[in-house]
Amino acid sequence: MEFWVIQTFNGVSYGALLFLLAGGLSLIFGMMRIVNMTHGSYYLLGGYVGLTVIWGTGNFVLAILAGALVIALVGLGEYNTFLKRLSGQELGQVLTTMGFALIFQDLGLVIWGGEPYTIRTPAALSGSYQLGELYFPVYRVFIVMVAAAVAVVLWLVLERTRVGAMIRATVDDAEMARGVGINVPRISMGVFALGAFLAATAGVVAGGFVGVYPGADFEILPYAFVVVIVGGMGSLKGALIGSLMVGLLDNFGKAFFPELSYFTLFAPMAAILAIRPTGLFGRA
Amino acid sequence: MIRLPLLPRHRQIGLGIILLLLIVSPPFLSSFLLSLLTQALIYGVLAMSLDLLVGYLGLPSLGHAAYLGLGAYSVGVLTTRYGANSWLALAVGLLLAMAVAAVFGLVALRATGVYFLMITLALGMVIWGLAHRWVSMTQGDNGISGVPRPDLGLPWSFAKAIPFYYLSLVAFLFALWVLWVIVRSPFGQSLVGIRESESRMRTLGYNVWLHKYIGFIIAGTVGGFSGVLWAYYNGFVSPANMELATSVEALLMVALGGRATLLGPAIGAAAIVFLKNLVSVYTHRWVLILGAVYIGTIVYAPEGIAGAFTQLTKGVKPEPLRSKV
Repeated sequence: MEFWVIQTFNGVSYGALLFLLAGGLSLIFGMMRIVNMTHGSYYLLGGYVGLTVIWGTGNFVLAILAGALVIALVGLGEYNTFLKRLSGQELGQVLTTMGFALIFQDLGLVIWGGEPYTIRTPAALSGSYQLGELYFPVYRVFIVMVAAAVAVVLWLVLERTRVGAMIRATVDDAEMARGVGINVPRISMGVFALGAFLAATAGVVAGGFVGVYPGADFEILPYAFVVVIVGGMGSLKGALIGSLMVGLLDNFGKAFFPELSYFTLFAPMAAILAIRPTGLFGRA
Repeated sequence: MIRLPLLPRHRQIGLGIILLLLIVSPPFLSSFLLSLLTQALIYGVLAMSLDLLVGYLGLPSLGHAAYLGLGAYSVGVLTTRYGANSWLALAVGLLLAMAVAAVFGLVALRATGVYFLMITLALGMVIWGLAHRWVSMTQGDNGISGVPRPDLGLPWSFAKAIPFYYLSLVAFLFALWVLWVIVRSPFGQSLVGIRESESRMRTLGYNVWLHKYIGFIIAGTVGGFSGVLWAYYNGFVSPANMELATSVEALLMVALGGRATLLGPAIGAAAIVFLKNLVSVYTHRWVLILGAVYIGTIVYAPEGIAGAFTQLTKGVKPEPLRSKV
């Protein structure tokens, strides 16, 4: 029993981290159909910027905000100078974003070196809550709460505001959206920046949890993709459920079948795709 | 039946010169350059097999390195653990790649465009994950070392670099010939037709899905062949051979060389192999430069080296590939 509760909790908290990372990616996919190989780099660079801010100021909240904002600008620059022109060219997008991912990877190595670091988290977030026999690390609870807050805010924005309606309209049918006077290029730009912002947030938060280290970018990227594939592109609900599924599958897979753990993650995904090629909540 | 024209005369001459150089130059090359040339041939096979999917079918795959891995691990496991004969290892490598492509094709071909990219990525990760984690079979991240050079039962030994180079050259030419025959056959032309307009081909009565499926399996099998060669060349197989970055690199080779030209991607593969290895001799920042090559290819040479060459020799812009790619 104890095992199940703890493993479930770990899976959910990892899923929460994945939701931060993949929520924006899903919107980017849904809206612009860009396969963004740079998304993992946003996560890693966000962590690095957060690390630098922590070293300078010691302020955790500032680290998250600074990391997220800086990376949002980086993403905006990448989108405006290169990706915007490549709309509809999947191969071009994959290769361009891969080029950026390699450049960012190397720049990260030049600036921050090859050492793994952990972002020092505030004292309030260390230790664990005790519930009977069980211990729940405060930091993991914090991650779940951050992800839940982001999910609620995103949901409110998407479902209850004018901008949200514009975003949904663009995801559904960009051509029609343009036809009824929605400024699709600007909306796309905003969503791309939002995706980078959220990925960097995930990077800083993860920095206090799994650390910041070279290679984390390409390690996490497939997970983000799988979340989006399972959930369906452009669907917030899909990203949420996909993240939880991937988090839980990954965790239980590693616990039960350590030798086949990636298989237990990707095989159910393939099964879902065989039945629903556009993911659980995606529309073609 | 339509008879496709052979290559124009000046290209025949050009390619003849390249082939001649590939045959006569090895004894004069340093062992470093010779090993790069061997690598270029092997990656050339991988890039050409991917070109069948990307160029001729218009289906960019993000998981093609998996087939290289399947071929390579077949050789690695069979030779080091069971001392298997080279022909058997080759046969198993090809059959395994073919079988996996046959299963993956069922899933992947339900999608097109971005979805196809994502699904092939995930399927590629399944194979990578097995290599990474199934330690009792694959030795995990340590990889399998000590793969011997092939013994084909011929009077020659391939243990030394130069004979192995010639073996790779023969294997490369064989793969090129097979793919060349396929893309010029009516079947190959139907693949191009599907790339240009799936609905039109369907209206004409073609079984579009089956054509794509067969193309997918052929691409995977030839990809497996490159893996068999790689294991014998390198003597060492590890999950790094089939990580996501390798799959994307194979895509870069195809785009850099020029889609739907077969030889273009082979040249693209050579360019990338030489670039990576020669630049890394001079600077630690070769990843940065490789990144710039990715971006530069798309910005400056979207139709690749082959496209630029056509433009140069004919003075006309190559017809852009109007596909969904």
